[in-house]
Amino acid sequence: MSAPLLEVEGLARHWAVKGGTVRAVDGVSFALGRGETLALVGESGCGKSTTARLALRLIEPTAGRVRIDGTDITGLSGGAMRRMRRQAQIIFQDPYASLNPRLTVGEAIAEPLIVHGIGDAASRAARVRELLGLVGLAAWQAGRFPHEFSGGQRQRIGIARALAVQPALIICDEPVSALDVSIQAQVVNLLKDLQARLGLAYLFIAHDLAVVKHMADRVAVMYLGRIMEVADKRSLFANPRHPYTRALLSAIPQPDPRRRGMVKPLGGDVPSPLNPPPGCRFHTRCPHAEAICREVEPPDVEVAPGHRSACHFAAALPPVEALAGEGLSPIAARRLALFAERKPTQSAPSTLT
Amino acid sequence: MTAGPILRIEGLRTRFGGFAAVDGVDLDVPRGRTLGIVGESGCGKSVLSLSVMGLVPRPGRIAEGRVLLEGRDLLTLPPAAMRRVRGGEVAMIFQEPMTSLNPVHTVGAQIVEAMRAHEPKGQGSARDLRERAIAALRRVRIPSPERRFEEYPHQLSGGMRQRVMIAMALACAPRLLIADEPTTALDVTVQAQILDLLRELQAETGMSIILITHDLGVVAEMADEVAVMYAGRVVERAPAAALFEDPQHPYTIGLLGSVPRLDEERTRLLAIEGSVPPPFALPPGCRFAPRCPFVAEACRAEVPALRGIGPAHGVACLRAPVELAA
Repeated sequence: MSAPLLEVEGLARHWAVKGGTVRAVDGVSFALGRGETLALVGESGCGKSTTARLALRLIEPTAGRVRIDGTDITGLSGGAMRRMRRQAQIIFQDPYASLNPRLTVGEAIAEPLIVHGIGDAASRAARVRELLGLVGLAAWQAGRFPHEFSGGQRQRIGIARALAVQPALIICDEPVSALDVSIQAQVVNLLKDLQARLGLAYLFIAHDLAVVKHMADRVAVMYLGRIMEVADKRSLFANPRHPYTRALLSAIPQPDPRRRGMVKPLGGDVPSPLNPPPGCRFHTRCPHAEAICREVEPPDVEVAPGHRSACHFAAALPPVEALAGEGLSPIAARRLALFAERKPTQSAPSTLT
Repeated sequence: MTAGPILRIEGLRTRFGGFAAVDGVDLDVPRGRTLGIVGESGCGKSVLSLSVMGLVPRPGRIAEGRVLLEGRDLLTLPPAAMRRVRGGEVAMIFQEPMTSLNPVHTVGAQIVEAMRAHEPKGQGSARDLRERAIAALRRVRIPSPERRFEEYPHQLSGGMRQRVMIAMALACAPRLLIADEPTTALDVTVQAQILDLLRELQAETGMSIILITHDLGVVAEMADEVAVMYAGRVVERAPAAALFEDPQHPYTIGLLGSVPRLDEERTRLLAIEGSVPPPFALPPGCRFAPRCPFVAEACRAEVPALRGIGPAHGVACLRAPVELAA
């Protein structure tokens, strides 16, 4: 009954390469409930996108289990796996690369329906029109080709296609990273609207913590193939209990010149996943590292209800300075409100069955 | 002379065939300080910087305007003189350092080459140049610069490559550095390092910086003065503090509202509807009019000029301030 919609346990993916093994994902566990958004964040090479693909078996895991709706999908055969994929769909960072340039948008959106044997030609066409409306595009655009659309519109098409088979879960792999900020905001709003209407769960992969703060219910921070910290969004942003999370948060330049110079850069680069450092993977860059961190991999401990951190000193870290600023200036806030008030209410999704 | 701007751009118009990617831009780059140019893709910010460098790709050409570096118009310089300015007085770094570095030469050889290109022949022995290149690497805080000197670009991380580009750009002590999205391809912790480095180097050398970015956070962190560009024009210009305190142009307001913030919980982002018009399909009048919630009849009739509304604060909008727009 109360099985999580997506449950990942000890998930790992190693690649044998010349000179050793790349541990792209190295023992990742999390659960995601219905209607919930869990964000996986981290810098390039942390394994977040690989985790996303492993969760759908687009890449086969080296070790670990993935359960969707209580069913272990790691051993499922072709047909059963395909049926399971009706539950879980994915959208990608670059919607252009994931759309076949020779299919019209209508054909691209109808394709999953055909694959899953849903409906006949007429009902599929109706569904395509409905889906286009749902993502804020017009029904007549079904006959157009991907190159005729802007980046933001293509991402809407990708979302429509993912929604076609009425999944309970959508894995969003950096869905707004390639978009301009004003367009990014449109797509973020659309994803939130769709979640509210359809009760979707999102596994939201991103590197931008500000976007994550806006989208997620819970956040897992990854570094070199491992989850360093996972918590409810409020708890994570108000009281991060892992030095890496703190470093990430304090590295974000904020749109507030009053906070200039408060960014404290972390030294060094992310080490290669080919030879991750022994002990805690973060110790080479960690301002709090001590001898134990170089030798012993820290266990994942619960520091508060639902808030886990893989740091030897999770409980002993000093309190954080206020990471965030004071928000918009009163004048800017007032003008923003006016802008929002007068804005034509366009991108609200249309009706849905 | 010393008090004036180091670079003054006047009425710059850069055309690609029938349309202008930069369409009448006036800007001053303050001496020893940073001018941030913000805008989304297609706003013309990169073409603007290439115009200053005399590097506009064909079929683009500068149709009008002046680019005055210390009072000297770069647009009238013969190619050889312009080459000396580029990399000498004015240097540039780009978003993707990997594509700007030659993969088959060592990092050291490329820095030495940059130094040679801008100095009279016969100046300095090979050993001198090597020493100076290593010093340049050290200056951008690259650890073990002697070893890095011998390495190839692919052996360096993205952040290290951008440091190498900065070292090359600074090799000839430019007075103006144009940084076009220098941290966009980098992870956020590495971005923080590079921004920090640029600030330190500016304090050391007194160089002026034009920082081109789409990221309002980076602007707030780095810029003294800011120009917001939209569809080839500057729509607002202000000191950084004033821009964030008192954003005037509806596009600036919309951009500020589009960015999710760490210090605020908003249920909905303020998305600007629609998208930036391509330069071959510009609307009549104000280019932001089709997306602007404050649009009035007059906005569609003429392109609004930038008008001053405060100290060093200008806005190209008939309706600003928007709270007075009926």
